[in-house]
Amino acid sequence: MPSIQDFRQWPDARGRFGSFGGQYVAETLMAPLAELTEAYLRLREDPQFLAELDRDLTHYVGRPSPIYHAERLSQHVGGARILLKREDLNHTGAHKINNTIGQALVAKRMGKPRVIAETGAGQHGVATATVAARFGLKCVVYMGAVDIERQKINVYRMKLLGAEVVPVTSGSKTLKDALNEAMRDWVTHVADTFYIIGTVAGPHPYPMMVRDFNAIVGREARAQMLEQYGRLPDVLTACVGGGSNAIGLFHEFLNDEGVRMVGAEAAGEGIATGHHAASLAAGRPGVLHGNRTYVLCDEHGQIIETHSVSAGLDYPGVGPEHAFLKDAGRAEYVGVTDEEALEAFHLLARTEGILAALESSHAVAQAIKLARELPKDGIVLCNLSGRGDKDVHTIAAREGVQV
Amino acid sequence: MNRIDRRFNALKVAGRTGLIPFVTAGDPAPERAVDLMHALVDAGADIIELGVPFSDPMADGPVIQHASERAIAKGVGLVDVLAWVTAFRERDKDTPVVLMGYLNPVEIHGYQRFAAAAVTAGVDGVLLVDCPLEEAAVLAPLRKAGLKQILLAAPTTAPARMAQLCEAAEGFLYYVSFAGITGAGRLSTQDIATRVAELRSRAKAPVAVGFGVKDAQSAKAISEFADAVVIGSALVERLDGAKTAQDIAARVDDFLRPIRTALDAS
Repeated sequence: MPSIQDFRQWPDARGRFGSFGGQYVAETLMAPLAELTEAYLRLREDPQFLAELDRDLTHYVGRPSPIYHAERLSQHVGGARILLKREDLNHTGAHKINNTIGQALVAKRMGKPRVIAETGAGQHGVATATVAARFGLKCVVYMGAVDIERQKINVYRMKLLGAEVVPVTSGSKTLKDALNEAMRDWVTHVADTFYIIGTVAGPHPYPMMVRDFNAIVGREARAQMLEQYGRLPDVLTACVGGGSNAIGLFHEFLNDEGVRMVGAEAAGEGIATGHHAASLAAGRPGVLHGNRTYVLCDEHGQIIETHSVSAGLDYPGVGPEHAFLKDAGRAEYVGVTDEEALEAFHLLARTEGILAALESSHAVAQAIKLARELPKDGIVLCNLSGRGDKDVHTIAAREGVQV
Repeated sequence: MNRIDRRFNALKVAGRTGLIPFVTAGDPAPERAVDLMHALVDAGADIIELGVPFSDPMADGPVIQHASERAIAKGVGLVDVLAWVTAFRERDKDTPVVLMGYLNPVEIHGYQRFAAAAVTAGVDGVLLVDCPLEEAAVLAPLRKAGLKQILLAAPTTAPARMAQLCEAAEGFLYYVSFAGITGAGRLSTQDIATRVAELRSRAKAPVAVGFGVKDAQSAKAISEFADAVVIGSALVERLDGAKTAQDIAARVDDFLRPIRTALDAS
C-alpha cells in the first residue's frame, strides 16, 4: 500500500487511489482490461517505447510548450503574476494530444488496427483522429448528438482526418452517453480494437495511463519554473471536467508541500441552480463508468444531466485521482460559472491576444481570483489547456452575434 | 434454503431446464409492474430477473437502455422496485426474484439499508453488472443478509479467473454467451456448449446462459447443455408499448409459452 504522504505513488496494484478508482465493469471487460494493464505496465518501463513517445512529442506535437508570463493580464488584475502553461500551442490545439499519442503508440504495440474514442467538446476526438491518421489506424469517434450540434467545426475536422463520427442519441446526448456507447463498441470488437479514453476516468488502468501521458505538462512546467524563476509557483490552477489537464499539471508537484492546487469545475449557471457540472464541489462518492469517484446523481442514484457552456467540462463524474486528492486535502476544487469563464475569455483575449478554449477559460477565471488573493511577487501557474478557435461560434451565438 | 437453490433443486429433480426472463422494472407500465411479474410466472418463468433502471447502463444494448430511460422518465427508482417485489410476494412466495442492475443506485441507497430492505421485500439475489468479483467487498452486507450474489462469466474470461468465479458462484453462475452487449449478435452454439460443460463441471452453482437468446429455437439449443436460459432484450422489446394488464399478460404468454414448451420438450 503506498504511503498517504507520497501522493505520487498512487494508484495501488488494483488501480485504487485510496478508496477511489478500481475496475467497476462488466465481466466481459475484465479480460481486455487485464490485457491492457499488462501491456501498459510493461511499456511504461520500456526505454524504446518511451523514446518513441518522446520523439513524437517533440517533433509532432511541438513540445515543450512554454510557460508565458501574462504581464498585461496580471497588471490588469493587480495581484500576483499569472503564468500560463501554453498547452494551447500543441498540435491540434490542446493538451489532449499528449494522451492520444501515447495511447495510439500503445495500440500499435498491442497490434490493434482500430481505435475508438468518445468526445465531448470534440478536442479528444480530433486528437484521436489525428494520431490515428498519423499511425495509419482506423478510427471511430462517438459523440453526443447535442455536442455535435455545439461543435460542428470539430466534427468536420475529424472527418477531414479520416475518422468516422457516430452521433449518440441516447440519454442526455452528451459526453457521458458517448462514453457508454464507446464502451459498448469496445466490448463488442475487443479483439481488434483499442479504446482511447480521453480523460483520467474509466476503469483501471485508464486513470493512471492517461495521467502518465499528460504528466509531461507538470514535468515541463516544474523544470521551467525552476530554470526561469528559480522557484516553484505558489499555486497551480486548471479546469476540471474529467480532469486530465489538471492532473497532468498537478501530478509532478504533488509532493511539493508549499504548492497549493486548485481545480476549477464548471459551476454552469451557479451551483445553487442545479445547472452545473461540479462533481467534486457539489457531488458525492458513487460509481460511474468503471470507477468509484465523485458523481452528480439524484436520490435514486441516477446520474443527472449536467450543464456547462463548455462541452469539455460537461461531465457528471471526475477522475478518481482528483476524488482522492480532494478527500486527502491535497487539492481544492471550486466552481467557476459560465459567466465568469466568458468574462475571463474576453479579458485574456484583449490583454494578451490569446483566445482560450471555454474549458481553459474556467482556469483563467480561477487564476484571476487566486492572483487577487496573493501579493505582487506571488506566482499563479495556470494551465491554458486549449485554444478557443473551436468556441468562437458558441460565444458569438451566446452574445447574439451573427458570424 | 434460499428460493433460488430450492428452485434449481426442483428443476434438477424434474429434469427440466430453468427459464429466467428479464424485464426492466417499471417498463412498459409502472402501475402494471406486479401484474407483469405474475404474468411471467404464469407463462412458465422459474426465476424472475428484474432490472433496476439506471441512467447509464454501460453493459446493456439499446433495447434495455431505452426501457431504462422510459422507466426513469416515469420516476421509477430502486425504492419502487423493492415495493413491487413486496407486493408480488403477497401472492407468490416461491418464485425467486433476482434484481439486476448497476452499483450506483445501491451505493446511493446504502449497502446496509438496501440489504435489509431487499430481504424484507423478498428479493433472493442481486446481479450487479458493474461489480466484478474483485470489487465485491462492498457487497458484504448483502451477502450477510442472505442475498445471493449472482456472478457473470464470459467467453473472454481467462482460465484462472474462471476457476475463481466457479469457486465463488452462488445462486447460479450467469454465462454471457458472446463477448458483447445484451441483445445483439449471433452465438455459436458449439462454442458455448463446450465452455458451459466445463463450467458446469466446476462451478459451485448451476449455470444459466443468456445474452442473445431470443426465441424458442435458440432457447432450446442452449437448454441442451445449460441449467437455465435467460431471455432479456427480445422480451423487453415485445412488451414495449403495452398498457393494460391483459395486453401485458397476452404478450408475455405469446412470447414465453413457446419457449417454455420447447424447453420442456428437450
